[in-house]
Amino acid sequence: MERKLLNRFLWPAVATLVLFGVFFFTLHRISSGDLIVSDIPSPLIGKVAPPMDLPALTGPTERVRTTDFKGRPWMLNVWGTWCPACRDEHAALLQLAQVSGIPIVGLNWKDDAGEARRYLDGLGNPYFAVGSDPVGRTAIDWGVYGAPETFLIGPDGHILAKYIGPMTMEVWEKRLKPKLAVGTLQ
Amino acid sequence: MIPELGHFALSLAFALALAQAFFGLAGAWQRRPRWMAVTDSAVVGQVVCVALAFAALVHAFVVHDFSVAYVANNSNSALPVLFRVSAVWGAHEGSLLLWIFILALWSVAVAAFSKSLPASFRARVLGMLGLISVGFMSFTLGTSNPFLRLIPAAADGADLNPLLQDFALAVHPPMLYTGYVGTAVAFAFACAAMLEGKLDATWARWTRPWTTVAWLFLTMGIALGSWWAYYELGWGGWWFWDPVENASFMPWLMSTALIHSLAVTEKRGLFKSWTLLLAIFAFSLSLLGTFLVRSGVLVSVHSFASDPARGVFILGLLSFFILGSLVLYAWRAPLLASTAGFGWLSREAFLLLNNVLLVVAAALILLGTLWPLFMDAFSLGKISVGPPYFNAVFLVPGLPLVAAIGIGMHSVWKHSKLQPKKNLFIILACIGVAGALSVLAWLGHFSVLSVVGFTAAIFVMGSAVVEPWQRWRGGHTVPAAVLGMSLAHFGVAMFTIGVTGVETAKVERDVALGIGDSANVAGYTFKLVSTRPVQGPNYNATEAEVLITHGGEAVATLHPQKRTYWVRTMPMTEAGIDVGFHRDLFAALGEDLGQGRWSMRLQYKPLIRFIWLGALVMAIGGLLAVVDRRYRVKKPVADSDTAQV
Repeated sequence: MERKLLNRFLWPAVATLVLFGVFFFTLHRISSGDLIVSDIPSPLIGKVAPPMDLPALTGPTERVRTTDFKGRPWMLNVWGTWCPACRDEHAALLQLAQVSGIPIVGLNWKDDAGEARRYLDGLGNPYFAVGSDPVGRTAIDWGVYGAPETFLIGPDGHILAKYIGPMTMEVWEKRLKPKLAVGTLQ
Repeated sequence: MIPELGHFALSLAFALALAQAFFGLAGAWQRRPRWMAVTDSAVVGQVVCVALAFAALVHAFVVHDFSVAYVANNSNSALPVLFRVSAVWGAHEGSLLLWIFILALWSVAVAAFSKSLPASFRARVLGMLGLISVGFMSFTLGTSNPFLRLIPAAADGADLNPLLQDFALAVHPPMLYTGYVGTAVAFAFACAAMLEGKLDATWARWTRPWTTVAWLFLTMGIALGSWWAYYELGWGGWWFWDPVENASFMPWLMSTALIHSLAVTEKRGLFKSWTLLLAIFAFSLSLLGTFLVRSGVLVSVHSFASDPARGVFILGLLSFFILGSLVLYAWRAPLLASTAGFGWLSREAFLLLNNVLLVVAAALILLGTLWPLFMDAFSLGKISVGPPYFNAVFLVPGLPLVAAIGIGMHSVWKHSKLQPKKNLFIILACIGVAGALSVLAWLGHFSVLSVVGFTAAIFVMGSAVVEPWQRWRGGHTVPAAVLGMSLAHFGVAMFTIGVTGVETAKVERDVALGIGDSANVAGYTFKLVSTRPVQGPNYNATEAEVLITHGGEAVATLHPQKRTYWVRTMPMTEAGIDVGFHRDLFAALGEDLGQGRWSMRLQYKPLIRFIWLGALVMAIGGLLAVVDRRYRVKKPVADSDTAQV
């Protein structure tokens, strides 16, 4: 009887404890910033950045091209005026443009050009240049599935990192900047 | 001022819940009638206070009090009043308050309808409910207070997520929560029975109607959610195996198993420990669902607000209740030996099969839902488990389950007496196959799985009709519980027909259409006639007119919309659907491709209504079973007199 009792109790209890251990561990990693649940590795990391050739919404040239940035690191930030999370990250992008010293290129995704300009006029423009992608063709090439997303591209034109979700200075410091150091050394 | 009153009322309710838990549990333990008597007042006081708190939050939404942070984040001055009320449970803090409110209502109902139960048992049930209430209230007051002020007040609110501005989704959370929280009642009864040490058939009898009510709300809640996803998300799917959907489906499977296992425990005194475990698991899975939704450990389209700190708190609650109840179970398990035997094809055997299959289904879904978490925790890489896994593994227990219903309904307690029904089964099987083939001929599709699905469904429908009819013809009265059981099983069959029909013969096409262009979907011609701008109370939209013809004859005109809500400037699709008993025609506007051309999603969904109608019929069956007056016992009785159901 005793053994049977132990078996009956032990297995559910052990299973429950293991489950909770994993839950707790996961929560711990989320709150310490080690784990970002929405962070799904992009198959593009380590590959040459897909070509982009879009009409410029703002910027020094008429068109925005991947090839414009040969030899220096840059970031591609996918956004739209319709995306509330993009609004959330806007202040961080403005700061990042100042601090990082790396040009941020905007990919204005499935958006209205007039509204996008008004948005940047109102909130400030963190972008070195913005390419306009109203149908989302370029975004498909880059494997974008939701805004905001931010790519970091090395001087050799390879994608070093991708971050899904609103950008913050902490994300930049912890997740993107370290990749940059490795990328330039190689 | 009113939000502060709400906060105060909630704090007061917390104190009363503490009193309810203490006097209920300690009073029964110490055998002090006066202490036990306090629980009733505590229950009533608690529901009044929680109702006041809830009303205060509703008031803040209705009068646009944007100095309350929660209101400022989830409402807007242009939001229609219906959605201002439903916005109360549109995000985390308010939905917790709704959870607590519903638990308080359940507690009052239990207190009101269980006057005939032994005083100590009743006090323990109410005490357990109080304890659960304490847990959730401390969670709300400690980490998620909906009454926090925003200083300075916002000029206007950030609006309710447009996805949630919809009637079905206004009603869906209260339904679902009523079901979730209802599992707490079965849990409280199980714990009370274990504390009491009286684990005979009577506790099962008292628990049955409560479990059925919880189950029927859960059924309705899930069906509403599925219906909403179908017409609002713009994909035309009805189930996505999203972690949050799974979180509601697992407790449903467990409650279904529990309903059946309670029947055996009540009528035959068997499966006692199993029934207790099911009651524990059903509630644990409800809590687990809350944890998965609120903590953000899994990626989900439904994770509107998540926060790891809250996750730790729920995890604490979860461990307390699961481990606590398991300890209780281990302590009482020796009392649970049952000696009665039963035949291989008896009703007990079929109900055991039902339980095994339902639990296996829930376990497979749990495994698929949590697998990515495990892989990641042990650094084995990132994976996502999607519909291909769930669709495949759910069939394994699902199909035998449906098949077993048809035969199991005719089995009798204790003995294997299916032999006399052999002819009936052969006739039903023939009708089933013939019916399946004719439906498939009409649909113009064929697969082995679809034949099996339709045959099983028609077999069950036949069984569900024949069973009560034979009783009635034999001169017996047909109790409401039996009618309810047959009706619920009929609902399962309807659901099976819907799923089989949609999954075999649906046609989905994504096309680009200009004005005047048309596309053909399953014999129906969809023509984009025009598009025009329209304005709603808080959004602008483009509305298309789509004319559908079949063989030259007009069938329907649909008006799908693409909406942009002013505040969150988020594009939303409002699909145009022509509803039919035998098929739905579905058109959704995608992207504006310029020059008057639009990408459109056109679908033909045969028999899809059966999915939700089936769920509705199941719920009505549950309702019938609950109103059976044999469950409104005046006195606790030993039930040898009613053992013949």
